Amino acid sequence: MSDGLALNWRRIPERYAMKGNHCTNCKQDYFPSRMICPNCRRKGHLVSKDMPRIGKIVSYTKVMVGPSGFENEGNYYLALIDLGSGAKVLSQIVDSDEQDIHIGASVKKMFRKIGEVEEKGAITYGYKFKVVKPLTEDQVEALKEKNKK
Amino acid sequence: MSKLRRVAMIGAGLTKFGEHWNLSFRELGTEAAIKAVENSNIDGKEIEAMYIGCMASGRFVGQEHIGALVADQLGLNPIPSTRVEAACASGGLALRTGYLSIASGEHDIVAVGGIEKMTEVTTAEAGFALGGAGDQETELFHGATFPALYALLAKVHMKQFGTTEEQMAAVSVKNHKNAVHNPIAQFRKEISIEQVMKSGYVATPLKLLDCSPISDGAAAVILAEIGLAKKLCENPVEIIGSTHATDSLALTGRKSLTELNATKVASAQLFHQTGLTPKDIDMAEVHDCFSIAEILAIEDIGFFKKGQGGPATEQGKTALDGEIAINPSGGLKGCGHPVGATGVKQAAEMFQQLRGEAGGRQVKEAEIGLTHNVGGSGATCVMHAFRLMENR
Repeated sequence: MSDGLALNWRRIPERYAMKGNHCTNCKQDYFPSRMICPNCRRKGHLVSKDMPRIGKIVSYTKVMVGPSGFENEGNYYLALIDLGSGAKVLSQIVDSDEQDIHIGASVKKMFRKIGEVEEKGAITYGYKFKVVKPLTEDQVEALKEKNKK
Repeated sequence: MSKLRRVAMIGAGLTKFGEHWNLSFRELGTEAAIKAVENSNIDGKEIEAMYIGCMASGRFVGQEHIGALVADQLGLNPIPSTRVEAACASGGLALRTGYLSIASGEHDIVAVGGIEKMTEVTTAEAGFALGGAGDQETELFHGATFPALYALLAKVHMKQFGTTEEQMAAVSVKNHKNAVHNPIAQFRKEISIEQVMKSGYVATPLKLLDCSPISDGAAAVILAEIGLAKKLCENPVEIIGSTHATDSLALTGRKSLTELNATKVASAQLFHQTGLTPKDIDMAEVHDCFSIAEILAIEDIGFFKKGQGGPATEQGKTALDGEIAINPSGGLKGCGHPVGATGVKQAAEMFQQLRGEAGGRQVKEAEIGLTHNVGGSGATCVMHAFRLMENR
């Protein structure tokens, strides 16, 4: 973990709200945001855009040995997530049953503590994702009942 | 290539790869360079410039500014000496930089080195230093390690092509087998598929024995313009092609997760440059930082069809006596992976192999060899092709 306070502070819009950007010329989303569109370069026009808060797992791994700053995390899941808008994100998967984490699983964005900026004691926050399971038939029925009332 | 001058290797030197508790960073580099100079039969004062591949000496030993440092240790000040960095491809890129310095006409004889001293820090600290080869802000920040990034690639390959953990294990088994015959290798002992399968997971599906180790080591080669090379050396090895391609540091920026595009581009350019095809290559040193990386490499270079790298390895097609010998040195897995040194070690291996000096790991009747050096999870790829010169 890098301990520069400003380094983490300037990433707050990206890490808290998943603010990226979008090229109005080629319609591609970028996360994190870029200074120029790599497809269109000077012909591109980038505008700020909040990334979708849901996506699908493209690949995942269970990390058994973490790097410095993550020694106390135990085992954790990391996944590449397709946000369905041309952008992908790498994130931890939390609050999910192990058997539900698979390629193609739907996930949604959560707000979580990521780590601590060691010497200065500041805590970094950001996005992690959790698996959202489709509702079972019983749950759908129950919801329908509830809506009738 | 037509306007470039031809370049050949006239000597190579290597330290043993492994844990060097009694040698410092500068001593490792100096030892490899002295061996390369002795091997090339020059005095040393002919060397006009140096290029040294090193990824993270600042993080590993707190030392930067190593170009001038190593030149000083060798008594070669005031020649120009340049550090070259491209993560784990630093060595390969140093070789290419040295090659271009002669090909361009700027120099006639140069030394190329690669050094990394990784065991002065804890494994966690080494993991963090190596993590800098990926995207610090969007990968390392979230707890990604290098095994984790390659594990993400492995998972997609397994899903798409049915590649198995046993097939990946076969890469490590084969590379350890080759390393037995390499005097500088870190692990000179065979391992079995069962041993790999039973080694603990580091990041699923990759296990400890799917991963190259943390190593200390250095490698050096002496390059010369071809006319000079013929005068100085009985059997120089010509560098017949040199290419370099890049991609996004982060996996999220890749168009495909089942191939490394930088490898595809660098190898296509190398075959175009040399007029060769994958079938013309007798042996290759490829970047097997993880077992899945060798499978990706042999597919992306074109030795095997996409998805066939795993089965081909399992069937022994990449063994020393197979269709094409992959990683005769033992690769990064068996020989060790001092990151900045690896790309230069690959070239030194081709030098010894093509001259028939590789002993028990000699690839029979090898005429053309290729090296493939990757930085990060595929953001840099440097490739070279080599052929023994028909001298006299």
